[in-house]
Amino acid sequence: MGAVAVMHMTAATLGLAAATFLASAVEFVEAFTIVLAMGLSRSWRAALTGTAAAVLALTAVTAVAGVALIQWVSESVLQLVIGTLLLLFGLQWLRTAILRAGGLASLRDEQAAFRAEQEAARVAGHQMRLGLDWMAFVVSFKGVFLEGLEVVFIVITFGLSATRYNPHGLLVASGSAVLAGLLVAVVGVIARRPLSAVPENTVKYAVGLLLTSFGTFWAVEGLGYFGSGESLPWPGQDWAIIGLVIGGLGLSRLAVLGLRRTFKTPASLGDIESCASSSGS
Amino acid sequence: MRFLVGFLRFCYDFIVGDAWGIAAGVVAVLAIGVWLLRTDAVDRAFIPLVVALGVGLALGGSLLAEVRRRRRTGR
Repeated sequence: MGAVAVMHMTAATLGLAAATFLASAVEFVEAFTIVLAMGLSRSWRAALTGTAAAVLALTAVTAVAGVALIQWVSESVLQLVIGTLLLLFGLQWLRTAILRAGGLASLRDEQAAFRAEQEAARVAGHQMRLGLDWMAFVVSFKGVFLEGLEVVFIVITFGLSATRYNPHGLLVASGSAVLAGLLVAVVGVIARRPLSAVPENTVKYAVGLLLTSFGTFWAVEGLGYFGSGESLPWPGQDWAIIGLVIGGLGLSRLAVLGLRRTFKTPASLGDIESCASSSGS
Repeated sequence: MRFLVGFLRFCYDFIVGDAWGIAAGVVAVLAIGVWLLRTDAVDRAFIPLVVALGVGLALGGSLLAEVRRRRRTGR
């Protein structure tokens, strides 16, 4: 294997690990806020049981979906489906991040989300099932499962696609997600409060850009299924991903500037990271 | 039946989300890509560029629609 190939594989693996880690961290922070609110205001036992049940369900979904995708779906179809779904997720994230950075949507505020969850938990009635505070269990389960489902999706899609460069792509993606989860859990347990210092919009912006770029790349390759059945090659091959990232970055920055100018948003309010403390969720 | 409706609604929220225009744009752009591929209307090397441009337009169009909506409703 030549030096260029090794460098390419390493860069692709690092990119995969970073993208999966960041995307997973954002989702885990949101899940952590929900579990923390349920634990503090209702019952830690029910909240943690709900979390454990959700992790088990997610593990089962990952195993079944991963095996099914690897065994029964051809490469170009996989690229098309994965690319299209990544593209949809990435564009949604990017759109939200641009609207927030442009001052048209308020940033997500983990403190406000936490207070809302706590308030809802306080006014809800107490119903015991299986010896657990049922509301705390269900809300924690749903929160962790739904946020975790996005993590699973990203891990499977990025991991499977990266197996072209690295036979352990799925392992790298899973490891990055687990690391992100552990980091959020450890920092959260130490802080014992919502992780509002995480610059969520910046992370969402970066991940949205990566998902959109990889999604576009793979979706186009997958279009080859309708032609010769083989993947459709990009000009410049895998280097095109860098071009897509740069193009997406330029386009999104232009969009943010345009929104700020149109709606006369002060630069400080529209800054991607700056107004976490000044706006609602 | 209720389960099926709930599941479909969950899938819609999960995949399409609150900006259906983006999903519609992506599907349209990919459909154009397939059409170009099958008809050989342009050189195959251009198809990735056309799709990438279309993705940018889908995002721009969705943002523009949001701007118009905000203007209409007064933010």
